[in-house]
Amino acid sequence: MKAFTSVSPRSLPDAVTALSRARQQGQHAIIVGGGSDALALIKERLIAPDLVVRLTGIRQLDGIARDSNGLTIGGETTLAAMARHDELRRAYGVLAQAAESVATPQIRNAGTLAGNLAQRPWCWYYRNGFTCFKNGGNTCYSAAGENQFNAIFGGGPSFIVHPSDTAPALVALDATFRIVGPKGERTVPAAQFFTLPTVNPARENALEDDEVLTSIHVPAAKAGMRSLYHKVMDREAWTHAIVSAAAVLRMDGNVCRDARIVLGGVAPIPWRLTEVEKLLVGQTMNDALIDRAAAASTTGARPLRNNAYKVPLVQAVVGRALTDLRA
Amino acid sequence: MSPTISRRRFLEGTGAAVVATTIAGPSGAQGTADITGTPPHAPGARTTRISLTVNGTARQIEVEHRWTLAETLRDHLHLTGTKIGCDRGECGACTVLVDDTPMYACSQLAIWMDGRHITTVEGLSANGQLDPLQQAFIDHDAPQCGFCTSGQLMSAKALLAANPAPTIDEVRAAMTGNVCRCSNYAHYTEAVLAASRQTDRRRV
Ligand SMILES: Cc1cc2nc3c(=O)[nH]c(=O)nc-3n(C[C@H](O)[C@H](O)[C@H](O)COP(=O)(O)OP(=O)(O)OC[C@H]3O[C@@H](n4cnc5c(N)ncnc54)[C@H](O)[C@@H]3O)c2cc1C
Ligand code: FES
Ligand code: FES
Repeated sequence: MKAFTSVSPRSLPDAVTALSRARQQGQHAIIVGGGSDALALIKERLIAPDLVVRLTGIRQLDGIARDSNGLTIGGETTLAAMARHDELRRAYGVLAQAAESVATPQIRNAGTLAGNLAQRPWCWYYRNGFTCFKNGGNTCYSAAGENQFNAIFGGGPSFIVHPSDTAPALVALDATFRIVGPKGERTVPAAQFFTLPTVNPARENALEDDEVLTSIHVPAAKAGMRSLYHKVMDREAWTHAIVSAAAVLRMDGNVCRDARIVLGGVAPIPWRLTEVEKLLVGQTMNDALIDRAAAASTTGARPLRNNAYKVPLVQAVVGRALTDLRA
Repeated sequence: MSPTISRRRFLEGTGAAVVATTIAGPSGAQGTADITGTPPHAPGARTTRISLTVNGTARQIEVEHRWTLAETLRDHLHLTGTKIGCDRGECGACTVLVDDTPMYACSQLAIWMDGRHITTVEGLSANGQLDPLQQAFIDHDAPQCGFCTSGQLMSAKALLAANPAPTIDEVRAAMTGNVCRCSNYAHYTEAVLAASRQTDRRRV
């Protein structure tokens, strides 16, 4: 690794100041939480920072707090802490399960929620240093290359899939992201935090330079809410989703009153199935309805040469998620 | 393999090596402060003196900011029981306990460990006695080549500290972050379950 300086500010203003001061001095500064992704990027020479600003020592950004409107999860909260949090497990199963499905115990013990949401893509062209859109180039090698793990929805000009497991869960829960930067503070709905490659093919989200993702707010769980995260991998552990589904339903007996179905592993952003949701709302959950929902879940899919297998997989995952939630 | 060396004898040989590396080292010197001093640094690299506790011993060391915990333990504190397999969070050979929590030492910077308590495989044995887990690993032929073994031990140690009587599924879940290239998973799982029963017995 090229030599760099690492600092661990004790407060958020100190962190933002360190980041923008470094930039004014012409230095390349990066934010780090658990470091499980960022250190890999440095070792692979995909980035060569002069300054690493580590946020996990900032107490106010670590932990889960409850208020009358729901839960606020600090960006530096570890995935392990989320997975074992009683209220998350009970009332927001989709999020606790998504956090628990990430990688391995060692990575969840170090990895943070903000780092999980802001992690860079794991497309092998990008990770192996090809000068693609994500590495400052102007092409996507997966489009005509090895694309078995790439997007079937929303691709172009880059065909990465968004790698985060917690991202689809948070979109399905209608979460809000709080962002603090040199220009102040803003909040963004989860669905608008993640951005398509048509917005900027070099980036995956709305974060600007020196902006810190500080916390995530999930609204209070409504009566009758049930949720789950279903993840399919090419082996049973320690890897990103090939296809996943975050499903949140509000049920009134057998009748579905509200639905959010958001896919992971299939698009450059968490991919919400609005048409499937419409099909479910107001209906009695039965096998026939679930079959129709599963069949409708891949409307508009545009597989690449090597990833058409994801189409029936999405249908199966959506079908299984709805069946499990009905039971 | 030469017909005069049986697989069993070969295994006993590697098993002995595992024991030797795990009971050697400074773990006996619990609690004594040791100023490791200033290892050689690359010219121009930014360094900082950090204080951490390694296997019960307070250590101070001047680290380059870019040094990982794994390379610091191995190259500068000379605790080579911690292995580096992939150096990128994909194998688990480098697993150590940071404040009793398993983490990949290759994916943490040493400078982030200021003030923390690190336990490595060298810290498992006490007073020349193997940890029951280490003995169970030997009894159950858990290590084959042995490269993943110290990482497996550290994940298992953290599991049994939190959950002294795990189910087989709990053992598997706790050890998913440790790949065994020799694929000796069944023996590792058996060994951890056996050690847990033994710990239980000693308790009653
Ligand atoms: C072998 C392996 C398997 C993995 N498997 C999975 C998986 O199954 N599912 C999954 O979702 N992920 C997976 N990951 C990806 C990732 O390492 C983890 O998701 C982890 O949660 C990232 O968190 P971190 O705190 O370690 O991130 P870091 O490495 O600290 O940061 C990741 C990125 O986010 C940025 N960042 C961090 N914090 C902030 C912040 N507060 N504000 C703005 N930007 C920020 C950093 O600059 C960096 O670019 C895997 C990684 C590895 C190495
Ligand atoms: S060397 Fe750290 S996980 Fe492989
Ligand atoms: S014993 Fe050889 S890698 Fe596990």
